[in-house]
Amino acid sequence: MIYRSLFPRDVFAEMDRLQREMAQAYDMSPSIRGFGRGGYPALNVGGTPQSVEIYAFAPGLDPARIEVNLDRGVLTIEGQREPDLPKSDEKTALHINERFTGRFRRVVSLPDDVDPSAVSAEYRDGVLHLSVKRRESAQPRRIEVK
Amino acid sequence: MNEKTSLNKQDARQEAAVLPPVDVIEDATGITLYADLPGVPKDKLNLRVEADTLTIEGEVGLATPEGLQASHAEVQVPRYRRVFTLSKELDAEKIAAELANGVLKLRIPKAEHAQPRKIAIKVS
Repeated sequence: MIYRSLFPRDVFAEMDRLQREMAQAYDMSPSIRGFGRGGYPALNVGGTPQSVEIYAFAPGLDPARIEVNLDRGVLTIEGQREPDLPKSDEKTALHINERFTGRFRRVVSLPDDVDPSAVSAEYRDGVLHLSVKRRESAQPRRIEVK
Repeated sequence: MNEKTSLNKQDARQEAAVLPPVDVIEDATGITLYADLPGVPKDKLNLRVEADTLTIEGEVGLATPEGLQASHAEVQVPRYRRVFTLSKELDAEKIAAELANGVLKLRIPKAEHAQPRKIAIKVS
């Protein structure tokens, strides 16, 4: 009984609960597709006046097997990541297993002014860089006054 | 091989970095470590072994166009760092490293004397 008063609640359970709560608070995302952190691949999206740039941090893929589709302003990146792990037997032990394996799919909706025919994709050092040009008509122009 | 979770004073002074996800597999002859370091080119990867501490550090080198304004960023710190403590049966001098498509593969062999040996039992 003395222990119960010393440890009124299980400290570890409480820490676990706190951690979950924090994670949930961070995952609150305004996007309907639930853009969360910690997914694979992680995405960074940015823009310049001429283009929209998307960086997908997708290490360890065969570039020929990454599917990138752009359909009605919605960009989809999908593929599969094969595990590097050897077949488990008695003599191997997997001590840490944090890396993602399996199928993935991430979807980004692009702004209305992009040109779907001008997309370039490059895979380097495990980062897929997509660059989508904005339409000529949407680019800022200086109008000459006579 | 243990991971150092406590920050010592030296680490606290270093720049912020994210913890890359790793896989660690041990077999009879050594340990294989895979670490996801997307965006790190070979020349910005820094591997160090000091005494029994293995440090993996890498900086993201992305070629971004001029005037880029981020609208959504899940990778905000362009640096990875992870520190492990090696155990004494591992041979730190024979570590082999490979970096391909943003994945680092380290092979840390066990020292000769620590390799498994079958011990014959004599029956008298």
